[in-house]
Amino acid sequence: MMKNLLKFIIGSASLFFFSSVQADTIKWLHLTGESSPEYPNFVRAVEEFEAKTGHTVEMMYLENESFKAKLPTMLQSDDRPDIFNSWGGGVMYAQAEAGFLRDISDVVTDEYLSTLSAAAANAFVYKGQRVGVPRNVSQVTWWYNKDLMNQAGVDVSSITMWDDLLSAVSQIKSAGITPICIGGKDKWPVHFIWTHLHIRNGGESLFLESLENGGWDRPEYIKSGEQMLELVALEPFQDGWLSHTWPDQAGFFGDGKCAMAFMGNWMYPAQKSNSASGEGLGDDNMGIFSMPMTPGALGDSADTLGGINGWLVSKTAPDSAVEFLMHLVSADIQNEDAAKGAYLPVVKGADKSITNPILAQVANNIGNSQYHQIFYDQFLGPDIGRVVNDVSTDLAAGIITAEEAAQQVQESWEFNQ
Amino acid sequence: MNSAKYNALLSKYSTLVIFIIPALTIFTMFVVLPIIEAAYYSFYRWDGYGDPNKYVGLKNYKYLFKNKTFILSLKNNFYIIAISLFIQLPFALLVALMISDKIRGANFFRTVFFLPYILAEIVTGLIWAYIYDGNYGMVAAIWNFFGADPPHMIAEKETAMIALYIVIFWKYFGIHMMIYIAGLQNISKEVLEAARVDGAGPITTAWRIKIPIILPTIRLSVFLSILGALQLFDIIMPLTGGGPSNQTHSMVTYLYYFGVMRMKFGFGSAIGVVIFLICFTIAITYQRTLMRKD
Repeated sequence: MMKNLLKFIIGSASLFFFSSVQADTIKWLHLTGESSPEYPNFVRAVEEFEAKTGHTVEMMYLENESFKAKLPTMLQSDDRPDIFNSWGGGVMYAQAEAGFLRDISDVVTDEYLSTLSAAAANAFVYKGQRVGVPRNVSQVTWWYNKDLMNQAGVDVSSITMWDDLLSAVSQIKSAGITPICIGGKDKWPVHFIWTHLHIRNGGESLFLESLENGGWDRPEYIKSGEQMLELVALEPFQDGWLSHTWPDQAGFFGDGKCAMAFMGNWMYPAQKSNSASGEGLGDDNMGIFSMPMTPGALGDSADTLGGINGWLVSKTAPDSAVEFLMHLVSADIQNEDAAKGAYLPVVKGADKSITNPILAQVANNIGNSQYHQIFYDQFLGPDIGRVVNDVSTDLAAGIITAEEAAQQVQESWEFNQ
Repeated sequence: MNSAKYNALLSKYSTLVIFIIPALTIFTMFVVLPIIEAAYYSFYRWDGYGDPNKYVGLKNYKYLFKNKTFILSLKNNFYIIAISLFIQLPFALLVALMISDKIRGANFFRTVFFLPYILAEIVTGLIWAYIYDGNYGMVAAIWNFFGADPPHMIAEKETAMIALYIVIFWKYFGIHMMIYIAGLQNISKEVLEAARVDGAGPITTAWRIKIPIILPTIRLSVFLSILGALQLFDIIMPLTGGGPSNQTHSMVTYLYYFGVMRMKFGFGSAIGVVIFLICFTIAITYQRTLMRKD
């Protein structure tokens, strides 16, 4: 009797001890609002993981700008998130360099890695250490309103060179239509135009060379500025564009107030949700085309600009946090999200689930690209990146020259050396 | 020293010590130490991760004073001070002189003019951003009513600062008016009565009697206005965000965008030190000269 009682007590105590030691609370900081199409699968992943492992996942939401402002402090506190959002590039390097990220190579299995796109997975490796897991890729392209382009008599398939785009803008303007919607107040939507011209004019080799040795004021970059000024001279943007944000831009495009917008593939859901009607443009009235080539370009017409977003793991995160990520970024969930058009997945083969022809075209573009440049403002880090945003907007506002724009980026690069 | 004197002195200083220690501790922790810390960080290039370890000497300061946007922010701050001192405060004084007496409707006007001040700055900025909106705002509605193309005031670099001045005037004019009214109501009735008996009209009474008597109040209001202008931040953030093209930054929004948001905390600290020195110099100079006798 006593023996059984003792066994029971020891058994219960062990159970209590081991369960309390092994059940982790994983803090997950994300930027996805409840109305986003991928949010239901966030919740699903958490519920499934908690049921399977007994760990708890604590979801924490922050708005984009608050996230960027608070993260450095959070990472240095004891209340740091275990998993958090990342756009890769310069900010991630700074976090890794300062020792705030965990090398998760010992937890992430080769078998799991083989399910992901290698390019996407490698974007979260820093000096041989795997510090995170990718989630989605994106591409910036020209979006156009088919009705308005037809009304202006523009044949989109003929826009292959920069001059063709300028002619199209003039033609659209002559038809009394606003050629391009842009969110100038946020600045980053403007930097896409200037930096995509860099990609065309300079190509990958020039970018890597500048990254290593500076020279952001080279003729190729000045040429991009001059080309942008040619566009600006046509006054292509909507009235008051400098006071309009990215959601305004998406809404105007969705409401058919302009013929084109230069934006990432997240434009697809955003033009609907930000439009006055809530419906935006129908799939049959919307199309995309890539940034045209420029004369004497060193880059390739298939080169793309976009992002590789993912999740980073902080230095004190438990193994279970990484296991949760492997569950979150899995074929099952990514296939479902891709079918909904929530984002472009990184799990191999999940892009086949994309039913939307526009998003399928974007996925195809990225697949064909030999050089997928991550957004300059992310890749170059928060300082130089924001200088790029500033000077792009100043160029678009016509208040600086192409030389001054390039020079300011170079000065910022020198300041940061 | 005799025992009674010694005890009195001890009692006096022990009270002083008891009361001053908590205040001094808090002041040191939250004011003195951060300033010293900021001064220390300002000599480093630091992205906020880990400890600052890249000593750069005066590089942050050199970069700051070469930076056109910072110079413009500095100018903007001084333009705002000028507008406050030469337009806002005289107007507030004029209105205070008009409605400080117990005349019909005085309370109504006081409330109406004071209302903007009770709104939070962020709310004020957001409200005016909607008012100025060239597509849907009130300004657009007025222009459209007259069949004209509405201006996009906060999107044009020529008009964005004017738009900001208007909001600052609207927001803070009421508090200065109330300060003046409080000063005016403290003027002895006998003095005003004596002036009236001597044949002084309203203008002479205001100019020769009321304004000279409330000069200490005016000096205080000028002091608050200058410091308020130097600290301007939360109206600008939702209204223009420093734009278009960084044309409407104050020094503090410049610090936020160019120091905090760019994760250049060493550089941001240098901006903070410069702002502190400017405010400190102005405050001490003002108090040692104009407010010396107040």
